[in-house]
Amino acid sequence: MTPFGAVSALGGWTVGAVRDLGRFSVFSASVADAGRRPPLRLRRLVAEVYDTGVLSLLIVCVSGFAVGMVLGLQGHNTLARFGADQQLGAVVGLALIRELGPVLTSLLVAGRAGSAMAAEIATMVVTEQLDGLRMMSVDPLDFVVAPKAFAMILSMPLLSTLFVLFGILGGYVIGVVVLGGDGGAYMSTLEDAVEFSEDVLGGLIKGGVFGVLVGLIATYRGFTATPTSAGVSSAATSTVVIASVSTLIVDYFITALWGT
Amino acid sequence: MESEPQHAPHEGSAPGPTHIEARGLFYTRGGRAIFRGLSCSFPRGRISVVAAASGGGKTTLLRMIACLIRPDRGEILVDGASELTGMSDADVRAFRRRVGMLFQFGALLDTMTLYENVALPLREHSRLSEEEIQREVRRVFDAVGLEDVDELLPGELSGGMVKRAGLARALIERPDILLCDEPFSGLDPPTVRRVEDLLLRVNERVGATMIITSHHTQSTLRLADHLVMLLDGEAVEGRPLELVRGSDARVVEFFREPERSEGDERARGRVAGEPRVTPR
Repeated sequence: MTPFGAVSALGGWTVGAVRDLGRFSVFSASVADAGRRPPLRLRRLVAEVYDTGVLSLLIVCVSGFAVGMVLGLQGHNTLARFGADQQLGAVVGLALIRELGPVLTSLLVAGRAGSAMAAEIATMVVTEQLDGLRMMSVDPLDFVVAPKAFAMILSMPLLSTLFVLFGILGGYVIGVVVLGGDGGAYMSTLEDAVEFSEDVLGGLIKGGVFGVLVGLIATYRGFTATPTSAGVSSAATSTVVIASVSTLIVDYFITALWGT
Repeated sequence: MESEPQHAPHEGSAPGPTHIEARGLFYTRGGRAIFRGLSCSFPRGRISVVAAASGGGKTTLLRMIACLIRPDRGEILVDGASELTGMSDADVRAFRRRVGMLFQFGALLDTMTLYENVALPLREHSRLSEEEIQREVRRVFDAVGLEDVDELLPGELSGGMVKRAGLARALIERPDILLCDEPFSGLDPPTVRRVEDLLLRVNERVGATMIITSHHTQSTLRLADHLVMLLDGEAVEGRPLELVRGSDARVVEFFREPERSEGDERARGRVAGEPRVTPR
């Protein structure tokens, strides 16, 4: 490729990316508007919360427990070198509440529920179900997209909280039950170290922001999918990739700006 | 000896006043010109069939009338006044309330039962009680000949049932205009005839302007009061048999019955009594 061709390709890619970002912004505003307008589709919202939240419970709880066990083991061995193994509860709790809980939950939910959401909407595009709704004068954004996006926004902080709780339990099982640490010290250092306004609220905010991100990215990729079978798989794959990378980048900015 | 065709083509009724008119439509997709100044009209209350070879723009024209896509240039008029291509979103939504559409593959919501699918437009747009909605759903199920299907999901239906269910949903709001995209595709001959009968019956009962896309020549000749033939991005239109017997060789060729000589049959090994593959 000639230098001119490379610059031209870069320019084309940049224009495409900015255009896509603009469309995503308009889409996000439309979803917010659709969610605000009556009728409130509570039954559809509850069904979507079940799909997104309840069906993700097992994977989130098991993963949270496993991560807590690893933190317990690593933390105990490391802290023991400095004679600070009594602080294990604080280390496990803070790491999970401030960082690992929201981030890992977001990655897990993007992989399980986000990709499924994108694939479902993309399939509706391919099979003309969304056009069918339009022909009935039913707005697909209002009927299909908004309940899914809002279900993700509601589910993510709750799933993140469960991830943290199971993680703390995992750390306790390894640090106290298996390695023989002091259970009272584990809980008291945890209680002393964690501040509600700074740590717990910060974690919940992160969970909410990641819910918005994953929900909007998944629905956008599905809604704008090319109406082919390759388009469906591309929507699912790109949802996982974009949502995961966005989660990690946004996590840095939230941490840097608000210190959580 | 050849048997008489079961469904003889009809001459087509005299066209009524124009209900929908396309004027000078241009549309290019992927570098290919699909319409090059296409103009045609559809008479009120009649069955118009849009025929064309595959990729000829039948579905594109139907989707333009449904405001699902917009032409690059040109206009579509309804009742000689409302210009569809320049309508606001709110006006499009209001217009679609008067239009029912049967999609090629049904486009039924696959997570909802058939009853919920058909009742959806009424639940969204009317203040009818559940009892009244049930009565309306029963009415359209009867009209399309569906029984005991309320709790079935679209995935549990045969191709013909999907078409009938799609038609039931299209009819539930008593539309002025009924658009049917390839209603005979993928159906076996007896089911094609059942769907043809159904469309004729619906047209008699409802009196809506029906626009059907099809490349099924037999069905086209049987159903159409008015035929619009799409050829190279333009339209030729008129009464079906006049067009088929007319001077445009492309139309005549499209509707020509495939002739099969005994030689063809023998070449394929399909003459009665002859096995298709000669056994060793």
